[in-house]
Amino acid sequence: MNAPTPVALLVEDEPQIRRFVRTALEAEGWTVHETGTMKQGLIDAGTRKPDLLILDLGLPDGDGVTFIRELRGWSALPVIVLSARMGESDKIEALDAGADDYLTKPFGVGELLARVRATLRRRHHPPGSASPVFHFGEVEVDTESRTVKRKGEAVHLTPVEFRLLSLLIANVGKVLTHRHILREVWGPAGIEHHHYVRVYMGHLRQKLEDDPAQPRHLLTETAVGYRLVA
Amino acid sequence: MAETRPDPDALLARVKREELGAVRGRLKIFFGSSAGVGKTYAMLLAARRMRDEGRDVVVGIVETHGRGETAALVEGLEPLPRKEIDHKDRTLTEFDIDAALARRPQLILVDELAHTNAPGSRHPKRWQDIDELLSNGVDVFTTLNVQHLESLNDVVGGITGVKVWETVPDTFFDDADDVVLVDIPAEELLARLKEGKVYMPEQAERAAGNFFRKGNLMALRELALRRTADVVEGAVQEYRADKAIGGVWKTQPRLLCCTGPDPGSEHVVRSAARMAGQLGVEWSAVYVETPLLQRLLPEKRERILRVLKLAQDLGAHTAILTGGDVCQEIVDHARAGNFGTVVVGRGPTRRLPWRRTMSDAIAAAEDTLDVLEIGRGARESGTPLPARPAIAPAEPSPKAGERRARYLWTMLACVATTASAAILHRYFDLANIVMVFLLTVVLVGARWGRGPAVLAAVVNVLAFDFFFVPPRFSFAVTDVQYLLTFAVMLAVGLVTGQLTAGVRFQARVAGHREERARTLYEFARELSGLLTTGQVIEVAEDFMSRTFRANVSILVPDEGERLASPTARGMRNPVDVAAAQWSYDRAEPAGAGTDTLPANDFLFLPLKAPMRTRGVLAIRPERSRDLMIPEQMRQYETFAALTAIALERVHYVDVAQDALIKIESERLRNSLLSALSHDLRTPLAVLLGLSESMALTQPALSAQQADIARTIGEEVRRLIALVNNLLDMARIQSGEVRLNLDWHPLEEVIGSALRAIRPALGDRRVAVELPPDLPLVSMDAVLIERVLVNLLENVSKYTPADSRVTVSARTSGGDLEVSIADDGPGVPTGKEEAIFEKFARGEKETATPGVGLGLAICRAIVEAHKGRIHAETGRAKGARFVFTLPLGNPPDVKAASA
Repeated sequence: MNAPTPVALLVEDEPQIRRFVRTALEAEGWTVHETGTMKQGLIDAGTRKPDLLILDLGLPDGDGVTFIRELRGWSALPVIVLSARMGESDKIEALDAGADDYLTKPFGVGELLARVRATLRRRHHPPGSASPVFHFGEVEVDTESRTVKRKGEAVHLTPVEFRLLSLLIANVGKVLTHRHILREVWGPAGIEHHHYVRVYMGHLRQKLEDDPAQPRHLLTETAVGYRLVA
Repeated sequence: MAETRPDPDALLARVKREELGAVRGRLKIFFGSSAGVGKTYAMLLAARRMRDEGRDVVVGIVETHGRGETAALVEGLEPLPRKEIDHKDRTLTEFDIDAALARRPQLILVDELAHTNAPGSRHPKRWQDIDELLSNGVDVFTTLNVQHLESLNDVVGGITGVKVWETVPDTFFDDADDVVLVDIPAEELLARLKEGKVYMPEQAERAAGNFFRKGNLMALRELALRRTADVVEGAVQEYRADKAIGGVWKTQPRLLCCTGPDPGSEHVVRSAARMAGQLGVEWSAVYVETPLLQRLLPEKRERILRVLKLAQDLGAHTAILTGGDVCQEIVDHARAGNFGTVVVGRGPTRRLPWRRTMSDAIAAAEDTLDVLEIGRGARESGTPLPARPAIAPAEPSPKAGERRARYLWTMLACVATTASAAILHRYFDLANIVMVFLLTVVLVGARWGRGPAVLAAVVNVLAFDFFFVPPRFSFAVTDVQYLLTFAVMLAVGLVTGQLTAGVRFQARVAGHREERARTLYEFARELSGLLTTGQVIEVAEDFMSRTFRANVSILVPDEGERLASPTARGMRNPVDVAAAQWSYDRAEPAGAGTDTLPANDFLFLPLKAPMRTRGVLAIRPERSRDLMIPEQMRQYETFAALTAIALERVHYVDVAQDALIKIESERLRNSLLSALSHDLRTPLAVLLGLSESMALTQPALSAQQADIARTIGEEVRRLIALVNNLLDMARIQSGEVRLNLDWHPLEEVIGSALRAIRPALGDRRVAVELPPDLPLVSMDAVLIERVLVNLLENVSKYTPADSRVTVSARTSGGDLEVSIADDGPGVPTGKEEAIFEKFARGEKETATPGVGLGLAICRAIVEAHKGRIHAETGRAKGARFVFTLPLGNPPDVKAASA
């Protein structure tokens, strides 16, 4: 699986954007395939066996969200979406459809590479695969014994808080939408109560962050969802 | 079976009254049994007390009649100048309602509630002036004697023998907020009279000897006491109902009063009004029009209409029923309308032993009804009411000529019958000849009604007798059996005529009804297709002019709420327009046939639609009598309502069209904005990406080249921020900011704002001070984050690199107050407001980048959240920006732990 050069597929209709994304990825040692349409993109995703898909949501021949849904039918390939739109709803839709991360245009090369690295790291080392103990900052979480320690001291979490934390750890680095979190932690009944998540994220920050108002690990993606950064 | 459920109608009426009460003034009546008991005196004392309590009191009109004690009390109270009215070379002074409304005191004194205003005043009666004052929110003190109460008018007349024409409707008295009984014993009053302390109006002076007898005074005193007790009782009932004290909600069968053309009807109506008042029930007055009554003299018809009007003034619903059988009509009406008691006047004492009185007949037809028979009142109660101006001019009966023709035709028919009988007589028996005559009587009766039928019967009997019955050519009758022939013929004539008349009458009534329904239907249909206000007015005016044979004009308000007629039929007389305006402003009828400005030729009906009054309908029928017929008035009102609804519908068509255009233009603006946004961002994204990827190209850039590439990148980022601000501002300016509200903890929004702005803040230390129990706040998190970012961005722009920033929040009243303070140079003094304007900057000519949109965007966002934002003034050091967000009722989170 660990090919000498990883392969990225770039589906984007704007040639100048393709150009700098390609430059940036190649500098990181990637092989990049480009295409400008959704149709060709789906074919390439099947034939080129890429390790990463970078997808523009506004393609001339179709909606990026449809693309992801179709792709997720047969592939777990990591997907980063590029969105030119300011609205949050299309990002949420793409994430719910199965995208791993998103970038809003205009974005810097640094941001792009950081997302690419995080996505790839998660793919190669899924959390919990090596050891049941997970670390972020000064926090240590043992998912097997269900214990949490901060600076070596045990922290008591309620069952809901622990479920929430476990979900974030299982998807470390990835943006989780409110809907997704509610479905996983509270079950389908709680799906409309977005403020539940916000309140419990607040609790987790109080217990695990140094300054809950300026969190460093339990980050908010405003109006989209949350992300745990190790 | 007492019903415990509150009567919804009563509750509704009370709510309405309370709504009115919010603006309506309070009425206090000083009520006495007769002149001289000291009502004015008591009123002035009370008014002085109010003035001493600091209320704004004005004397509208008070007659001191030269009494020193009273005059002394008026001293020191502000008088209102009286209006002078010239009337028949005399100058009358009157209470000036317009001056009172212009002066608008808190409390005004208006003596003698029952006073009749001089001709030419706005209202004919003073109580109507007072009503207007009250509805304008002015409190009123006034005085009233018991004999001036409408329903007691004839009772008092009966006791004292002095008839008073100035009356006040009982409903007005009963609706008073307070009634103060001013009472002294009869002996004391007589003593005051002897001392000359009692003022007598001129016309009563001659009767004064009669009036001020001890017996009279005691009776009046009792009436006054009782009437006051009724009012108090009413208040108690209302209080009990208000506090939901059980047992007062009974089904209240209403009272039905039957009136007729007889002189005693007014007495019956007054008695019924009194009874209804005492029982506290609603009542109606009806008049049944039968074929017999159709032929009444115009004066009598006039009297019926007046009696109904009197009933209306006394608080009754009125109706004119039509039918052949008075008794049956009344019983049907009583059944349909939940009437438990029927009040009838006692008819003439039984003329014939087998004739049942009305009360017996009603009782026989419906045995669950209570029937009350009112004795005939004093003769004088039948005298006409105070003359109304210019109603009912004499009209020539249109039927007189036609009637004459009928009788002529009847005579001709009889002659023809006799002639043909003479021919037939040669071939037929006398018994068969009779049949020919009988046939003629039946035919005449069927064709021309009862009168001609009787004539035909008589003429035919005479002709038959004279020409055919032996001895012929003589009126002598030899055989007695012919008398039977005559009798039968007469009876057949009468019966046929009667039947025909009845059938015709029913047909005519049905015709009228059908006509009314048809015109209504046609009117509604014509209105339904119209699309503009102008069309509605034109069609409605045309239609009503034709249907009602009247001069019709519809006035609609302009932007300034002034009425004007858009068609050529517009009223040119400014007095009429003023009256119409009055009607429009009050949403009450005015003009002919109403209580307000009755001298006007026009009747003004407000066009009341469900949402608001849409204008005024002015009608001047050719026959002014039409204005007194309740059915006709109702027809006018129905037409007015239809017109009002049509006007409202047309109005909403316009509104809907406007809304459609607005939605369209908003959509266009939005798509324009998002296209613009896309087209601006894409090249910026390319610029940023390419400039930053230059550093990654091979071979590596020189140090200078790398620096240039970095600078380009930084400037592009700045440009991006600027474009974002401009686009945001454009979006906010283009219409309402659409909020995506949800419940958020403030801490989280501050956290993400700080993370976004962190790079720009550099080394500045940020402290966040939030109380631990801060509630969730309803906000659009993206936009509030934007506000925080913009405010923190200003900190990064305007403070030295080692400053401290404090973000804090607290709840204050119903608001969440968020503040961002720094210890930098602060906002220039006097600029604290100006910096929130678009393209405003703290100082001119500065190297600090930006165009000054940040704070304008902040203000727009915060105000869209119904909050406020400002920069604190008068700080010794540093700037402090504060914005508030309203706290709602945050949802419960406990359930989330499940």
